[in-house]
Amino acid sequence: MSACWSLALRAARLAAADPRACGGVVVRAGAGPVRDRWLDHLRACLGPGRPVLRLPAGIADDRLLGGLDLAATLAAGRPVAQTGLLAAADGGILVVPMAERLSPGTAARLAAVLDTGSVRVERDGLAATRPARIGLVLLDEGATPEEGVPEALADRLAFHLDLTGLAWGDTEAPAAPTPAADRAHDPDSAVADLCAAAAGLGIPSLRAPLLAMRVARAAAACDGLQTVGAAHVREAAALVLGPRACRIPPPEEMPEGAEPPGDARTDAAPSEDDARTAPQAESVIEAKSVIEAARAAIPAGLLARLVEGSRRGAAAKAGRSGAPQQAKRSGRPAGTRPGHPREGRFALIDTLRAAAPWQRLRGAPEPDGPRIRVRACDFRIARFRQHSETTTIFAVDASGSAALERLAEAKGAVESLLAEAYIRRDRVALVAFRGSGAEILLPPTRALARARRGLGGLPGGGGTPLAAGLDAAGELARAVRRGGGSAVVVVLTDGRANVARSGAPGRAQAGADALHAAGLIRAAEIRTILIDTAARPQDPARRLAEAMGARYLPLPHADAAAVSGAVRAAR
Amino acid sequence: MPINGSPRALDPAPPSAAGIGLRKPRRRPEAAPVPPARGAGAAGAIEAPVFPFSAIVGQDEMRRALLIAAVDPSVGGVLVLGDRGTGKSTAIRGLAALLPPMAAVADCPYACDPGAPAGACPHCAARPGSRATRIVPVPVVDLPLGATEDRVVGALDLERALTRGEKAFEPGLLARANRGFLYIDEVNLLDDHLVDLLLDVAASGVNTVEREGLSVRHPARFVLVGSGNPEEGELRPQLLDRFGLAVEVTTPTDLPTRIDVVRRRDAYERDPAGFCAAHARADRAIRKALAAARARLPGLAVPDATLEAAARLCLALGTDGLRGELTLMRTARALAAYEGAETVGLDHLARVAPSALRHRLRRNPLDETGSTARVARAVAEILPEAPSP
Repeated sequence: MSACWSLALRAARLAAADPRACGGVVVRAGAGPVRDRWLDHLRACLGPGRPVLRLPAGIADDRLLGGLDLAATLAAGRPVAQTGLLAAADGGILVVPMAERLSPGTAARLAAVLDTGSVRVERDGLAATRPARIGLVLLDEGATPEEGVPEALADRLAFHLDLTGLAWGDTEAPAAPTPAADRAHDPDSAVADLCAAAAGLGIPSLRAPLLAMRVARAAAACDGLQTVGAAHVREAAALVLGPRACRIPPPEEMPEGAEPPGDARTDAAPSEDDARTAPQAESVIEAKSVIEAARAAIPAGLLARLVEGSRRGAAAKAGRSGAPQQAKRSGRPAGTRPGHPREGRFALIDTLRAAAPWQRLRGAPEPDGPRIRVRACDFRIARFRQHSETTTIFAVDASGSAALERLAEAKGAVESLLAEAYIRRDRVALVAFRGSGAEILLPPTRALARARRGLGGLPGGGGTPLAAGLDAAGELARAVRRGGGSAVVVVLTDGRANVARSGAPGRAQAGADALHAAGLIRAAEIRTILIDTAARPQDPARRLAEAMGARYLPLPHADAAAVSGAVRAAR
Repeated sequence: MPINGSPRALDPAPPSAAGIGLRKPRRRPEAAPVPPARGAGAAGAIEAPVFPFSAIVGQDEMRRALLIAAVDPSVGGVLVLGDRGTGKSTAIRGLAALLPPMAAVADCPYACDPGAPAGACPHCAARPGSRATRIVPVPVVDLPLGATEDRVVGALDLERALTRGEKAFEPGLLARANRGFLYIDEVNLLDDHLVDLLLDVAASGVNTVEREGLSVRHPARFVLVGSGNPEEGELRPQLLDRFGLAVEVTTPTDLPTRIDVVRRRDAYERDPAGFCAAHARADRAIRKALAAARARLPGLAVPDATLEAAARLCLALGTDGLRGELTLMRTARALAAYEGAETVGLDHLARVAPSALRHRLRRNPLDETGSTARVARAVAEILPEAPSP
């Protein structure tokens, strides 16, 4: 039995002992027998009588929080409330599959329940507060490091497990669960130790040491002890603080309990950490002054024209049926309107509401007749506003040749476009390519603050893996489309590739690969704009733009008049 | 009549609202079977008292802004933005527990002020004679993210419509929040259509309902309190503008403070009642200070020198419109009243300037210095004699 697996089992036991206090567990693992076995163990620890419910993907608020029970309401002739999933899971655990796909809204609702231990229902004419003392198990199947569970939720859950490296052979039959004993009391220094350990590991959130303290107490209780011993504090630090580490503390600072356990589970944390801090350790161009410098070089309203252009493009492709049809039945609910159910989604509650005031006038119900008299004029159908969200994907060439010339202005351009994207409430994403590959610095987001942080730490230098960058941007654009949005790719480069897809240097192969990648983007009909960041606009970038079917826009020297002229010409 | 054995019919309104806005006592109180929750003691059962406001460590700016809004609701609400786990919700829920109670017209679903003219409220206008008064807690209404529009603005009373065929208006959360606080956690994640509703009501103080054949106008003046993490999504600029004060909270970085925070939270979770009892005195002192400040506020004049400094500050920062100056002046006056000062001085101005102005600066996405630093710079230039905020 591997150390990782035994830690996972211990986490399951502690989480089951007190789901509400521990918040729950983030389990990063693919679907498979290892994960199922862990879940079985959790269920066994939890014991009978305490619910383990699953949250279906894309659950609607009325099932999650509770609302009007339509069937019962219709039958009873008066409003009857139904219990939502959160209240039904009270005292037990709610399992969230595919948690990396949770929308921020659902995550915020779950977080509120974790904070208060109750669920507030203010829906469909009902007002109620029900207990929901639950723990969450987030099953994270994220394939890439960028995909992960919402941070607001992860912050509230004590245990972060990574079972991706485990094989079936590593998981021996789990030991029989032992019942949890009474609550334990602890020496005051445990809090100080855990806070110091969290600080040493660079964990900013204060919830981490607090959760660790609760876990230490739960661990002591599990062992049937009244007091928290040093071993429990160490165990809590390993379980709770270790996986959250943002840096490796220097040896003299290393607190007793915070030795990173050397197994597959914690491998993820340091490697993420390397990815984040290592580029910053390199020569990062001073972001602030650079962005200031580039400010004048931003074509105003560039984004607006981009989007306009993309809409035109969409209109031209008349063959794409289905999209407008779909828009009627999905999206954000925007009230209801009278209409026949076959014209849209039937809104039962609003239909009932419309019919309700007339019941007296329509006469008393017959003994065997319907209790409620609904006429055709009462029918309501839901209206949806399709929020056709545009994601602007910036593919920024952060390589040596560009860094030396125009990286500063490129960053300025990105920031300025971000500001416009923000006004439109669109999303932005940022792909940087340099050295031997491309990296998604910023997954699609609407948060300007987050984007700014990603840009601030944008390092420069190295080769130009243009093909890898275009591939990454194209893949991201397709992912956005799958999610129902539209994507615009803005490539900032001088077009001079010198690293091939394989990662090998060499201009010829790199150039061919880049043109091939550009062709793929064109084939996918992704709206693209190429901003040539070379000091003097050159052929390679223009050729690339043609291959991509992109609008080509040279960004001349920071000369406002020349820039606006170029933009007008590009319009 | 009900087909299911134990119908989970309409529950009483949450206790936090203390009955304000409930037009009628609900029948059949909820008797939901509560499973034996072994974990209830650790993180507090839902009945546990809230974390005391006076026990919050640090976060001076946030606490000051909330107290200012409690002294003078006309400053126009507080927005708390910041890191995860910094006690944003805790502070706001704690504030609710120590607000001094207020007088309201008995039975009025909008908790009208007995001293105010009756015309604005449909309930009081219909009963000009009966203005019995009762003392009620100030409502602090939580607007949960999953709320539907009909519960927010109010809608047709479904139960009465279904059972008796009557057309009656059931007031929503906005009605309940009248004269109190409306708190929205994760305000930046609120659905757009709810934000639109709020924008209008927060600006006018009147909720207009035109739906399902109902036509109701009722007062809805409340202090909007929002909290959120800007990393999870930006706030609509229009909504940002509705908040009088904006505070930024960050996780404390020094170890002793962090230990203190975790230790207090831990003590509270182990013994909520005992912990609250230990801080009850301090909470009472704050409540008394709030009541005294409210009494003092009307008599507190703002000297011309302070007004001029406020105007110069706003000019230097280029804030749009007069709202910045007005908020700045009101905020400084509320702070002076809370601290029992004789007059509104420049130091009051300097201390409230960041909260009152930082979200009013013209948006400049390229200026990474951040609006807080810009305000601090302007304060240092214009009010050199005042202590830095």
